[in-house]
Amino acid sequence: MYIFSAGTFLSFAMVGIFQRSLRLRTSLRQLSFHGSTSSTDTLSSLVLRGRLFPISSPSVFFSTHRTLQAPNDGPKSLSDTPPPRRPFSRVTEEDLTFFRTLLPGRTITDPDLLESSNVDWLKSVRGSSEVLLRPQTTEEVSQILRYCNSHNLAVNPQGGNTGLVGGSVPVYDEIVLSTALMNNILHFNDVSGILTCQSGCILENLSLYLEERGHIMPLDLGAKGSCQIGGNVATNAGGLRLLRYGSLHGTVLGLEVVLADGRVLDCLSTLRKDNTGYDLKQLFIGSEGTLGVITAVSILCPQKPKSVNVVFLGCETFEQLLKTFQLSKRMLGEILSAYEFLDSECLNLLKTHLKLQNPVSDCPFYIVIETQGSDPNHDEEKLHNFLEEAMASSLVVDGTVATEEGKIKALWSMRERITEALTHDGFTYKYDISLPVERIYQLVTDMRRHLGDRAKSVVGYGHVGDGNLHLNITSPAKNAALLAAIEPFVYEWTAKFQGSISAEHGLGLKKRNYIHYKDLLQPEKHPRNNCSIQEKDRLKVSVCDGGFSLRADDLCVQVHQPARHRRRHGQALRRLDGDPLQVVVQRAVLVVVGDQPQLGAGVTRSHVRRHELWEESKRRRVS
Amino acid sequence: MSGRVLVGVKRVIDYAVKIRVKPDNSGVVTDGVKHSMNPFCEIAVEEAVKLKEKKLIKEVVAVSCGPQQSQETIRTALAMGADRGIHVEVTGKDYDTLGPLQVSKILAALAKKEEAQLVILGKQAIDDDCNQTGQMTAALLDWPQGTFASEVSLENDKVKVVREIDGGLETIKISTPAVLTADLRLNTPRYATLPNIMKAKKKKIANVKPADLGVDLTSRLEVLRVDEPPQRQAGMKVETVDDLVVKLKDAGKV
Repeated sequence: MYIFSAGTFLSFAMVGIFQRSLRLRTSLRQLSFHGSTSSTDTLSSLVLRGRLFPISSPSVFFSTHRTLQAPNDGPKSLSDTPPPRRPFSRVTEEDLTFFRTLLPGRTITDPDLLESSNVDWLKSVRGSSEVLLRPQTTEEVSQILRYCNSHNLAVNPQGGNTGLVGGSVPVYDEIVLSTALMNNILHFNDVSGILTCQSGCILENLSLYLEERGHIMPLDLGAKGSCQIGGNVATNAGGLRLLRYGSLHGTVLGLEVVLADGRVLDCLSTLRKDNTGYDLKQLFIGSEGTLGVITAVSILCPQKPKSVNVVFLGCETFEQLLKTFQLSKRMLGEILSAYEFLDSECLNLLKTHLKLQNPVSDCPFYIVIETQGSDPNHDEEKLHNFLEEAMASSLVVDGTVATEEGKIKALWSMRERITEALTHDGFTYKYDISLPVERIYQLVTDMRRHLGDRAKSVVGYGHVGDGNLHLNITSPAKNAALLAAIEPFVYEWTAKFQGSISAEHGLGLKKRNYIHYKDLLQPEKHPRNNCSIQEKDRLKVSVCDGGFSLRADDLCVQVHQPARHRRRHGQALRRLDGDPLQVVVQRAVLVVVGDQPQLGAGVTRSHVRRHELWEESKRRRVS
Repeated sequence: MSGRVLVGVKRVIDYAVKIRVKPDNSGVVTDGVKHSMNPFCEIAVEEAVKLKEKKLIKEVVAVSCGPQQSQETIRTALAMGADRGIHVEVTGKDYDTLGPLQVSKILAALAKKEEAQLVILGKQAIDDDCNQTGQMTAALLDWPQGTFASEVSLENDKVKVVREIDGGLETIKISTPAVLTADLRLNTPRYATLPNIMKAKKKKIANVKPADLGVDLTSRLEVLRVDEPPQRQAGMKVETVDDLVVKLKDAGKV
């Protein structure tokens, strides 16, 4: 299936299209699965090939046909086997000289200093990078990537290195590109609440900066002391405030991204509303560093609430927990800002390893509710009414309220420090699953039953308000048999209920092979659902002379812009030498399903005709 | 021991809040700032409630001196397990100059009036750090005092108190009635749970004026000026020892 986009301009030279498409087609053939570097300067492929999406691994190669075969490794888990090393060059002295000239004092090759960049936060994966680069400006990042692209060197962008799926550290000897020194706040507009900063700013620092100016960041995570905003955007981090402020797809207004060949894509708009052209930045949000290195972010920040209250409640059953959720939405309404849950096993872990006491009496489930508002009296009244109702209708067995900052922090730590407690309990197997909200805890109970005595603890906690479960299993030491018992089971279970195997943690290294589980069991149900895994799997951004194109084996979106139709709006693709390339507004999309072009909005017969001519010429070229 | 315990609770600026000095340097900004119960007073309330749970005393009475908002602090104490509250209304100028001397006079009067066996207070308030109220109250009542208590046990008519002092821990035995002040390690205050918060709404808080107790609130102290502590200067990093010596010489330190 191809999606061929045509512009609205009528005097589009057809020859122009064919020439460009010819070049594109050629490059598509060049970019085979074993990934040769495209060396044509008219068409550079911007594949930031790290260790994601191992196309060369046959067991997980999905061809164009619809039926998805299960990995032929059978029950053995795939997340342990790393992808094979692609034929990238190794770093030479010459390369190091270049880096040292470009970044004096910020090119690190000392193995001790590299240690922290080679190992992830969970200490579960280790890379063997020999070079760590710490640029301070976008220009430096651009030059590094241009150099690496032309010398076939693999690059691993790294932010705070707090990711939980092994995606932030190198698999082999990729050069680590750290944004740690790009920590300047560029601008804050306190009327609109829009903050512009470099991507290496630590989330907590941004929060403190904003709090002094009466605003807060729209996201909040347990890792806020170390995670960087660039990484948050690249992984589309969720966090504790998603329920209230939405995901980064909504709150990020602009990005500055350096593409793999060094070109800088400047979408760093600070406009709240801008419907001119494709919203390119959305591709990079959640792309996990595969499409470009984010160097600057502009984000919309909400007002700092004058009144914050946290409630810690105890429930007897999960159904009551869900009913309490409905009640809280109804009675707390717009002041509800977080609804999290944890089970009694989590609390036991907190007691045992972190010596935190239970604020209420022991119950099977606990809820943490946070409200944020602009009027303390208004919020307290609503909260008291809600709590009275919850207690009176026996939805909630026990609870406590905190209005003071110290107590609020103490109650939040019951939820935020579970990850820490788990690391003390032993080797942790982490799963971040999105499910229909009624089914969330069923996975935990089924997993407990399935594993029996083999696991030390099986706990469930998470953002139940967003339908997101964090399922964690611990064992005294890393145990392959246990992993084999857990892994296909948890993903099949998730697929059975049309859940997502990675709600907010991303795929990284550990879950890259499980992306297909979304459609695994019910492909017949969605015959028209062609925008599924394969496309995401192999989506790469290519930049060509006339515009840019998103390319995957089955999905091809092309944007063409002849010279005379340059427009003021639209995103600018800045070449390294400063020559701006305008991308035109796309309004017509010709969807071709199989061989039949479908007329969509704005598509005319002439587009169809043009497409037919292109197909014709393609056939003639092949024959 | 059948008895009544009087617990003093003070409404102070929450310890997590960043304090700002008023532009005219007359005091700190208190309007619109989050207030809560003094942490040491929480420990005192917790200790009193624990004694009641052990059936060693009969009733816990929470007392606070201040404006209308002090009633919230008393409610928190009630939610933690106190039986009833007494709000001594002090407002306006009197409240601004209210200090340990005045409060201890009020507490002494109340202790006599309520016939309390024990008066438990926090060792100090986090806003003024005076550490005087407990001692003054004991002196006015001529009662023994067990201050900086990190452990309290009641034995018949006596109270055994383990005090935290500079040299270590001192254990003393004092007879009742007595005044105790709570130190940090006495206990961990409980969270006020919902059922108790609901019950607290129904408990009584009596309203009393200082004049009714025959207390004179005039202060013998006058606050002249309040200043912020000097800003901490950023440090400097030097590459070598020679650089350090040069910098020290420049600064005139060497």
